[in-house]
Amino acid sequence: MLRPPPSFRWTRRILLTLLSVFTLTPVFVMLSSSLKPLQDVQGPFRWIPSGITLRPYLDIWKTVPLAKYFVNSLIVSVSSTVCSVLIAILAAYAVSRYRFRGRRLFTVTVLSTQMFPGILFLLPLFLIFVNIGNSTGVALYGSRGGLILTYLTFSLPFSIWMLVGYFDSIPRDLDEAALVDGCSPVGTLLRIVVPAAVPGIVAVSVYSFMTAWGEVLFASVMTNDTTRTLAVGLQGYSTQTDVYWNQVMAASLVVSVPVVAGFLLLQRYLVAGLTAGAVK
Amino acid sequence: MGKRLARIGLPYLLLLPALALELLIHLVPMVVGIVMSFKQLTQFFIRDWSAAPWTGLGNYRMSVDINAPVGRSLLNSFWVTCAFTLLAVGLSCLLGTTAAILMQDTFRGRGLLRAAFLLPYALPVYAAVITWSFMFQRDTGLVNHVLHDQLHLTSDRPFWLLGDNSFTALVTVSVWRSWPFAFLTLTAGLQNIPRELYEAAAMDGAGIWQQIRRITLPALRPVNQVLVLVLFLWTFNDFNTPYVLFGKSAPEAADLISIHIYQSSFVTWNFGAGSAMSVLLLLFLLLVTAVYLFLTSRRRDADA
Repeated sequence: MLRPPPSFRWTRRILLTLLSVFTLTPVFVMLSSSLKPLQDVQGPFRWIPSGITLRPYLDIWKTVPLAKYFVNSLIVSVSSTVCSVLIAILAAYAVSRYRFRGRRLFTVTVLSTQMFPGILFLLPLFLIFVNIGNSTGVALYGSRGGLILTYLTFSLPFSIWMLVGYFDSIPRDLDEAALVDGCSPVGTLLRIVVPAAVPGIVAVSVYSFMTAWGEVLFASVMTNDTTRTLAVGLQGYSTQTDVYWNQVMAASLVVSVPVVAGFLLLQRYLVAGLTAGAVK
Repeated sequence: MGKRLARIGLPYLLLLPALALELLIHLVPMVVGIVMSFKQLTQFFIRDWSAAPWTGLGNYRMSVDINAPVGRSLLNSFWVTCAFTLLAVGLSCLLGTTAAILMQDTFRGRGLLRAAFLLPYALPVYAAVITWSFMFQRDTGLVNHVLHDQLHLTSDRPFWLLGDNSFTALVTVSVWRSWPFAFLTLTAGLQNIPRELYEAAAMDGAGIWQQIRRITLPALRPVNQVLVLVLFLWTFNDFNTPYVLFGKSAPEAADLISIHIYQSSFVTWNFGAGSAMSVLLLLFLLLVTAVYLFLTSRRRDADA
């Protein structure tokens, strides 16, 4: 495109400013309110705080056991991401590189699970987990394991789909050459395909992690006091009579930092992954 | 011989973990859910749901009987969800397309702006939506402060999380959360348009608005078709936004279907009715998806 005319540049400036205000206002509120003393967030909203304090950032760890929820969320999200990505790599390699009976059926089945409402699995899964616990003693309901198992299947279909697209874009000659040189199929996957698909794999990992870190529905039904994740734990700042809004905002900011940092660092890969995998 | 067998078996072996997990977490529960929807499943049977008595189509009849309270509120929830989805998906696509096109070529600060626009997508749902609920508070929130105290647009401080206004609040938060995904996908789609097309158009004397209308928008159509479907399914099934905004039971004007089913199942402890409603919801989504895919693929054939 050539240098755009002034009419276009002015339209662009105005529209992008409006969009920025819409997008960033909540982020501003989160940040500014997290630094306000309690009387400021309990009265009418103020753009300019009466004083700035770091107290909320110290109090959030005492009002609710935030550190414990943090660790739970971390364990659940990392485990489900690692498992989901490994399993997706294997499946995507099979779909991308082999022609076998049932290939189409597999892709269609996996993709169609994307459209099912979470609430549809929640009730049966809840009952199945409870029943497994009662009959075998394997505690899935209320445990981190149950949550990990559930979350990893949430990101699996999308991960497989994206990775198939990504693997397809890697020239087949490369792995054929490796096969001729005596590399086993698994060796080819590990030495040729995986290194070439790093951007796609990173994109899929970010997606998986974000899915698990942000999930609310299953986290609120499938956890108990010891396994509660941040998604549920953040509700603890409201009591019957009071909401400590400055602490809520401070805690929201603290739990957002890991994902936002990771996301912004890796967003380039995400765009690349989407271009290769989803858009085609 | 053994080697050949291994070669045929290998793809299945590679698929096995994915297949087993999908089966365990999605397909088995779905079958169980369908069975449950034919049962009188209340809190007394949680320990052993198979012992619950059969009721045939009872739960379905109750769900669709619009003369009774259960059916009437489900129908209300269905319409609310339809209106909500149409508005939220439409606005998200509009904002996403606008931003993607405006940011297609480089200008100073583009990278920073793009990162800023992606923030709502990166923030965990509960952290972001809880911030919105703070902004929507009647007495302490930013929204009423701006509308009432600063701009004097409203005569008193309206409630945003109760009553009819809750629908507006819900759509606003949902669009805020999902337009960045549209922006991200469309940005990726724009990178596939060959630059030569624009150069040729410019040579022929086409201005920038014409280039957008004749080249960019048509090129984005296939991406938009996938995007609309994905956003439709996510938005229609969205549980997180209303749950964090309103809690376990939403105001009637913003009673989305997933919250409604959650409430019927876990708050009033009627799992059978909840399952029947889930199955009805799934059938509806399947139907819409099938019709949509049929229409878009036919149009694509006509284009070719």
